[in-house]
Amino acid sequence: MEAGLKTMTIKDSLIAEFESSKNSLFGDLKLREQALEAFSKQGIPGRKSEEYKYVNMELALKGDFKFSSSKKLSTQQIESTQFLKEAIIVVIENGIFSSEHSKINSLPKGLQIINIIDATSNVIFQKHYSKYADINSDAFIALNTAFYSGGVFIRVEKNAVIEKPIHIIHIASASENTILNSRNLIVVEENAQVKIVESYETLDLSAKSFNNVLTEIVVEPNAIVDHFKIQNECELGNLMSTTQAVQKGKSVFSTHTFTLSGSLVRNNLNIVLDGEHIESHLNGLYLTNGNQVVDNHTLVDHREPNCNSNELYKGIIEDKSSATFNGKIYVRKDAQKTNAFQSNKNILLSDDGTINTKPQLEIYADDVKCSHGTSTGKLDADKIFYLRARGLSEASAKKLLMHAFASEVLDGIKGMEELHNYLEERISKRFE
Amino acid sequence: MLSIKNLHASIDGKEILKGINLEVKAGEIHAIMGPNGSGKSTLSAVLAGREDYEVTEGSVTFNGKDLLELSPEDRAREGVFLAFQYPVEIPGVSNINFLKTAINEIRAYKGLEPMEAKDFLALVKEKQKLVELDGKLASRSVNEGFSGGEKKRNEIFQMAILEPKLAILDETDSGLDIDALRIVAGGVNKLKSKDNATIVITHYQRLLDYIVPDVVHILYNGKIVKSGPKELALELEEKGYDFIKEEVGA
Repeated sequence: MEAGLKTMTIKDSLIAEFESSKNSLFGDLKLREQALEAFSKQGIPGRKSEEYKYVNMELALKGDFKFSSSKKLSTQQIESTQFLKEAIIVVIENGIFSSEHSKINSLPKGLQIINIIDATSNVIFQKHYSKYADINSDAFIALNTAFYSGGVFIRVEKNAVIEKPIHIIHIASASENTILNSRNLIVVEENAQVKIVESYETLDLSAKSFNNVLTEIVVEPNAIVDHFKIQNECELGNLMSTTQAVQKGKSVFSTHTFTLSGSLVRNNLNIVLDGEHIESHLNGLYLTNGNQVVDNHTLVDHREPNCNSNELYKGIIEDKSSATFNGKIYVRKDAQKTNAFQSNKNILLSDDGTINTKPQLEIYADDVKCSHGTSTGKLDADKIFYLRARGLSEASAKKLLMHAFASEVLDGIKGMEELHNYLEERISKRFE
Repeated sequence: MLSIKNLHASIDGKEILKGINLEVKAGEIHAIMGPNGSGKSTLSAVLAGREDYEVTEGSVTFNGKDLLELSPEDRAREGVFLAFQYPVEIPGVSNINFLKTAINEIRAYKGLEPMEAKDFLALVKEKQKLVELDGKLASRSVNEGFSGGEKKRNEIFQMAILEPKLAILDETDSGLDIDALRIVAGGVNKLKSKDNATIVITHYQRLLDYIVPDVVHILYNGKIVKSGPKELALELEEKGYDFIKEEVGA
């Protein structure tokens, strides 16, 4: 029997953990059970899975894992991750909303921020929760829906304009291998405006963390949402980050993903354009080195006519790291007059680095403008020579060119000077 | 200042320069003229340190230093400046930032402190006037979306900022209309001093109406086949390059 225990897979231990803890879980238990079933049907996707073939999830989840961490961080430690001075701070510490460290006492009018544990009876929450992230479409959505231990519910009421950004800080901290599942729901009501920054950090982490974070974002008619993911984890951090957004008519959703570090980072970004005259912007920048694995999967689903989507992902790949970009665009039969553009550009700095890039356009409407382009290359030798001929060292010429390459994505950040400067500095340092 | 002796250079195994000899002293302007394919651009590329070319024989001494031993950036730091025939566009790199980096790396090479921001800005302003470069162009990305004439003016602007000892103008006149040519040439003339030297590489004589050379050299088939006073350029213009071919018996 002991031998049997030792060969228990991570899937088995997750299912066993669910059975033993399910009576202490909050929220809709029936939904959690359905999600667990969906998870056990799908299992952890292996290398043979088409969607996960370039990112070894089984390896990231190899070994024994705990399902929570009792490690408590000091205020000082947590404050070290607050790179925005003027922001409303929400701290998700080891998958759980931290009322101690979050600063939500005096919120502007029209903004509600609630610990997700206390939100389950909220009518708006119930209307939207788990309505967009489909447990049967992805194992990690299922896993998260079954297991989520905490997170935040944010509601921006109709017509409210929230000036300060809301900074949600996801922190993993543990001394044993730990799987974390946190869940957020953000509802931005009609004609409201908000800026959301999600950052992903590891602090005092001495074993592997696997942070499976799922955020659903609802952008109602005429609303404007700027969304940022800043991924900052250490070499022990494994991040599975799903953003599931749905947009209604005449709304604008801009989302920017900056992957600066972390052992394994997988982003699933799904946007459904469920209305007319919608605008969606997807920007991404990934700077990989060492043995890092970064995989960005995006899905833009045009369901209605007269919408625009624009996607730009760029990456610089060093050492033995590997980066994947998979961008799907669906233009459904009714989505006439769609404009959908996608571009993925990469610079490969080493012989051992890997880039996988795959645009996938599926177009069922006949009156649309869609384009995609992808390029992978080295730094341009003519440009390097030009700069050197003016007295710049080879290293600073390269640094300048990498910075220029990255700045196209950085410049997509509008009206967020503090964030722009922070990222600018981080990226510059990276090229030192 | 510059002493080129029996310089041979090839690219992909094909010999382009077949024994160049050239002496340039401080205060002088030399023009190198020649038909297409004679090796003009190869000479400028070899002097600037482009790595695609292999020097197979000969030497280049610049102010007592073996120029061929130096990296492209060290050549620039020693005072060699190449105005490119085709300046590259570098989106995302601002002209000003790049020049500031260049100037400070050159200063660091010489053991000097970085230039104060306000001094740098004053320098930029002064030199912009020299080549009548729009302030907006100076702060834009390097050459991005510039017209041909603007690119060439930007080269001379950079030259004015960096104050080289030896400037090599590689077909700076190509693609320039007469007004732009006047402006570019005017800039070069204003930068001329007894301490620096200029090599003007050109196919046509017209530029030499504006930048008057002390010596004209004719480059043909990888060699300087004839040198003479500025009148040589006029003779060449009049008779065409065929006269050289006949003269050297090619």
